[in-house]
Amino acid sequence: MLNNKLATASWSDRIFDLVVYVAITVVTIATLYPFLNVLAISFNDSTDSIKGGITVFPRVFTFKNYETIFAYSGLMTGLKISVLRTVIGTILGLVSASMLAFTLSRVDFQARKLVSTFLALTMYVSGGLIPFYILIKNLHMMGTFGVYVLPGLVSAFNVFVIRSFIDGLPYALQESAKLDGANDFTIYWRVILPLTKPALATIALFLAVGQWNAWFDTYLYNGSKDGLTTLQFELMKVIQSTTTNADNFRGRNMTEVMAQISPESVKMAITIVVTVPILVIYPFLQRYFVKGMTLGSVKS
Amino acid sequence: MKAITAKVEPVPKKPASRFWPKFLEQKYLYMMSVPFVLWAFVFNYLPLWGWTMAFQKYKPGKSFFEQKWVGLKYFKELFQDEQFFNALRNTLAMSIMGLLAGFIIPIIFAVLLNELRLMFLKRFVQTVSYLPHFVSWVVAAGIITKMLSTDNGAVNDLLMSLHLISEPIQFMAKGNMFWGIVTASDVWKETGWNTIIYLAAISGIGPELYEAARVDGASRLQQVRNITLPGIRTTIVILLIISIGHLISIGFEKQFLLGNNLVRDYSQTLDLYALNYGLGMGRFSFGTAINIFNSVVSVILLFVANGIFKKITKESII
Repeated sequence: MLNNKLATASWSDRIFDLVVYVAITVVTIATLYPFLNVLAISFNDSTDSIKGGITVFPRVFTFKNYETIFAYSGLMTGLKISVLRTVIGTILGLVSASMLAFTLSRVDFQARKLVSTFLALTMYVSGGLIPFYILIKNLHMMGTFGVYVLPGLVSAFNVFVIRSFIDGLPYALQESAKLDGANDFTIYWRVILPLTKPALATIALFLAVGQWNAWFDTYLYNGSKDGLTTLQFELMKVIQSTTTNADNFRGRNMTEVMAQISPESVKMAITIVVTVPILVIYPFLQRYFVKGMTLGSVKS
Repeated sequence: MKAITAKVEPVPKKPASRFWPKFLEQKYLYMMSVPFVLWAFVFNYLPLWGWTMAFQKYKPGKSFFEQKWVGLKYFKELFQDEQFFNALRNTLAMSIMGLLAGFIIPIIFAVLLNELRLMFLKRFVQTVSYLPHFVSWVVAAGIITKMLSTDNGAVNDLLMSLHLISEPIQFMAKGNMFWGIVTASDVWKETGWNTIIYLAAISGIGPELYEAARVDGASRLQQVRNITLPGIRTTIVILLIISIGHLISIGFEKQFLLGNNLVRDYSQTLDLYALNYGLGMGRFSFGTAINIFNSVVSVILLFVANGIFKKITKESII
């Protein structure tokens, strides 16, 4: 009786295992294949790519697609602006979030409750797209670099994540520093910041990925400013111009398109250029983001 | 939100004379917070003042006092516009589809991942599945458009080679497919990432439960049904309620990037509608009315969800 039960159980377990492995394999391929496919096409000769049939390895290997896109000046400007906004936006965001978090972690701070409520409310109120656009316009921030890093400078979510981390540190550290005659800024700079590094690393990655991936602010405020467009925006322009016309390219202007490098190859190569920095920091992302995600979820 | 308000204890009232010495003593704390508070006021609260535009015939360049007040004119126009109801329908359809798929699929995926016995494989699959979360929607939209394209797109190639279709489907040109494409894109991009919380919840289930079940001869499927799923029930309920709170605020990013003129009747969400018909045509007052409608509905949904949340968590505590 018991033997019988165990036998059937193991049978159904085997089917169960099979289903699990098949499903996981399908999901993994579905996630990874598109990236590999894009990578392969970006390194494949663009005339050859039109014939189709490229999967995960280039058929006629070439750097030509990359040479072509890097010769286009908009891409280099985009790269420069994207790097700048990522670096500056991350630094400014870290300074604002850590300072606010420190003051909010001080139980003796008079304005603590006021500041905390004020910040918490920003997570729920939103004026919407057009009032925000008008505000940016009235502040004369259209067509400036500042529009990338200044409006989003204070993020309540980041403040609260860092604060919950500081709250976990022993308060006696601050008190003993105070007895040694340190002022509040010194305590922040010398005592709190060095101890908060893991939380800061998480937030820095949040900020950096957000800055790097942003495209809509460029579209809305700086789209016609040649010197201020970002890499994501350049990619968006290429994609938008080819999605709507994708089918017009078939047949009609084939010779014309084939004469130069195909828009498809341009698109794939730029996609890779935009994605590579994310891949480079991916090991860090995985380590800190997962931690930050669980931290944030536990708190809220 | 709950944790924040709960943490702030009421400050006991002190005589006014004590305030200023303490203020001076805490000058660095003020210097480190007040500038950022003012900053947040400008960029987070001032736009709310902009809501007055919806009740005015707003002309850029004029001062607030020179604008002409028109009352609810733009709201009336809005509720008579067919496009508005179309945008509302699209927003609701895509948010509900996204809610269901984005809610159910990560649970299934988390359970499947948990059943993988080979640890290195589990880690590898997790690493791969988080990747799309970190690329921008621009990149994702580019990749998805390529995969669905009629020219050697992977999906069409696959369907053709399986002889399921005889000629490539023009996915991006079919309006009735757009909602599905947006939902599937979201699933592709975010499923792996959304499993993190469920996996954390599953790892909190005591191994002795599985041990006991095995001794009793329960199959793996029975263990999933009777231990894993009940074990993460609270997490599931909480996440479901939170996502209901965000139901209408789906924005426009995916729809903007994946959509095109051919599918506009299905891709235009409320935010895109405000962008195209408000900003694009310089009708700032009309666009603001759309934004107000959207904000008010999402705040109501948020409060409703929060109310349910409070009720349920209180029950589970008692």
